[in-house]
Amino acid sequence: MTLFRELFFPLLAVVAAFVVAALLILAIGDNPLVAYGLLFGSAFSWPDGIGYTLFYATPLIFTGLAVLVAFRCGLLNIGAEGQLYIAAFATAWVGIRFAEQSAWLLLPLAFMAAIVAGGIWGGIPGVLKARFGSHEVINTIMLNFIAVALASYFTQYHYKVPGDPIMQTSEIGAGAHIARLGKFIPGLPERIPVNLAFILALLACILVYLFLWRTKWGYELRATGTNPTAAEYGGISVRKQIVIAMTISGALAGMVGINEVLGYRYRYYDGFSDNYGFTGIAVALLGRNHPIGVIFAALLFAILQRGGIHVDGFSQNVTKDIVQVLQGTIILFVACESFFSGQFSRFGLLRRSKV
Amino acid sequence: MRDIFTIALIWSTIRLATPLILAALGGMFSERSGVINIALEGMMLAGAFTAAAVTHAVANPYVGLAAGMTAGLLIALVHAVACIRYRADQVVTGTAINILMIGMPAFLSGAFFLSSGSTPQLPKEQLIPSLPIIAAFLLVPIAWYVLYKTPFGLRLRSVGENPEAADAAGVRVWRMRYAGVLLSGVLAGMGGAYLSIGQSSLFTRNMTSGRGFIALAALIFGKWRPVQTMLACLLFGFTEAVSIQMQGVVKLPSGDDIPVQFIHMVPYLLTIIVLAGFIGASRPPRALGIPYQKER
Repeated sequence: MTLFRELFFPLLAVVAAFVVAALLILAIGDNPLVAYGLLFGSAFSWPDGIGYTLFYATPLIFTGLAVLVAFRCGLLNIGAEGQLYIAAFATAWVGIRFAEQSAWLLLPLAFMAAIVAGGIWGGIPGVLKARFGSHEVINTIMLNFIAVALASYFTQYHYKVPGDPIMQTSEIGAGAHIARLGKFIPGLPERIPVNLAFILALLACILVYLFLWRTKWGYELRATGTNPTAAEYGGISVRKQIVIAMTISGALAGMVGINEVLGYRYRYYDGFSDNYGFTGIAVALLGRNHPIGVIFAALLFAILQRGGIHVDGFSQNVTKDIVQVLQGTIILFVACESFFSGQFSRFGLLRRSKV
Repeated sequence: MRDIFTIALIWSTIRLATPLILAALGGMFSERSGVINIALEGMMLAGAFTAAAVTHAVANPYVGLAAGMTAGLLIALVHAVACIRYRADQVVTGTAINILMIGMPAFLSGAFFLSSGSTPQLPKEQLIPSLPIIAAFLLVPIAWYVLYKTPFGLRLRSVGENPEAADAAGVRVWRMRYAGVLLSGVLAGMGGAYLSIGQSSLFTRNMTSGRGFIALAALIFGKWRPVQTMLACLLFGFTEAVSIQMQGVVKLPSGDDIPVQFIHMVPYLLTIIVLAGFIGASRPPRALGIPYQKER
């Protein structure tokens, strides 16, 4: 029954969003079935459809997990976008600065850069909340803009190849490249950028699950999220938990840098993120703030992202912007769970306690 | 250095501050009633697109402005119903609206104008470059008066501070919150309309580029008070005006341009600092973000 409910409401929200978007497509005089056919049709072809869907899902799994960990502690991290920008730039910086080093040294360093930079950028609003009580939502919004500006400044003034018209850094050392999955899977060409970071994302799901539900620290974090007052009475330092949760959250968001820089572009590309951080909120909510749910929700949004390109190319009036409309509507419906569930709303995960 | 600080700079500051003032005053009504409004960005986008599209259709910018404000109102209604009636998380709903409004105007532009997300260029005589500026600065004392000197303002503030007590005193909490959120939509819609049919002459994809969030920053920097919020908007408008004027004019001693990125960061850094209480505490309304449900 519980599993049924966990699955039923997210599915209902998705269906409702598709109905709303279908009405919109009808209103502009196009056929929603054709548009949806294009949206989903391309996602399951082998190797391009599946390969690209997994590639697009990778950053969304990371940001979904990031939002999840913060949410379980009663915090809303809408700063994953800034955290992943800072982390991606730090990753590229290490890859450029130590380009001559061997992979044995360079790869761990680059991984560390992504995780530590993201963790610090996520930890800042955690510390600000724990120390000064300032709201993490406002601070993460502000830090998003600061992160984008900082990364763009360093790219433009210090790490760009002179004369390059594109806002991107020079290339990282070859030792910092991670393998594309095409290297291991027959039939999957290496031009498709899905890489080992996807495996890392799945591993991260397992680790987050084990941490949250199988360790003392995870228990303390969740206890803080469920009822901070009771947690404090039980001897848990709520302030410490806030900092820990935000740091882990930022570190997870930062791992997007591994996929982007080490597995895909091999450089920092200004403005690379297609709203991964904000989509992460949708992924976590639709995935019921559970790692398994996050994987499926990330796949759904990845399919939409991939399909949007086809809609753009082959449809008369419908553009890829329908994806964002769908995404916003899905979050809206998930957030209004009581709209569907009425009396069941008290089970909703969306009730955040004030810390 | 001298030639930068001219009348042109002051004028540019005022023009850049106008959409911020409108949206921030709107945000003030919403947040003072207890509903977080990070959807200002989305409401501005709705206003900007609708104003430009309707002005193009009827060739009358006043109708366009009214339509833009109505669009903001409708988006605010979605936010209000979700947050008040269905007690959805206000930040999550706001984020959803922002994502939705990145897509929706571009989607509709693509369908109606067969463009890649912008509306057709409007002729000069169909623009209203000064009316929203006058409105914005007139609205500051009006907002102050409404908030502090009218029964409506007292009730609005009371449901944002202590809804239980307000309810016990006979104030209809939900109704006041609907009023606050809807007002924010109208004003943010006007701010957005100014961008497309005042400052510029068409709607372009994501044309607010974060102004809704700067307005939110100004609201916090102004401690949720109308006059201070206006001053914060002027400050942020000034930093933007300076960064535009400085480009290519003022050089560092080394001969390089001053990086605009650092000037862009100013509003956000100031907000973090003031929120942490370094420049006098900025305290949000006490019931901000908490849905209200009558005890049964």
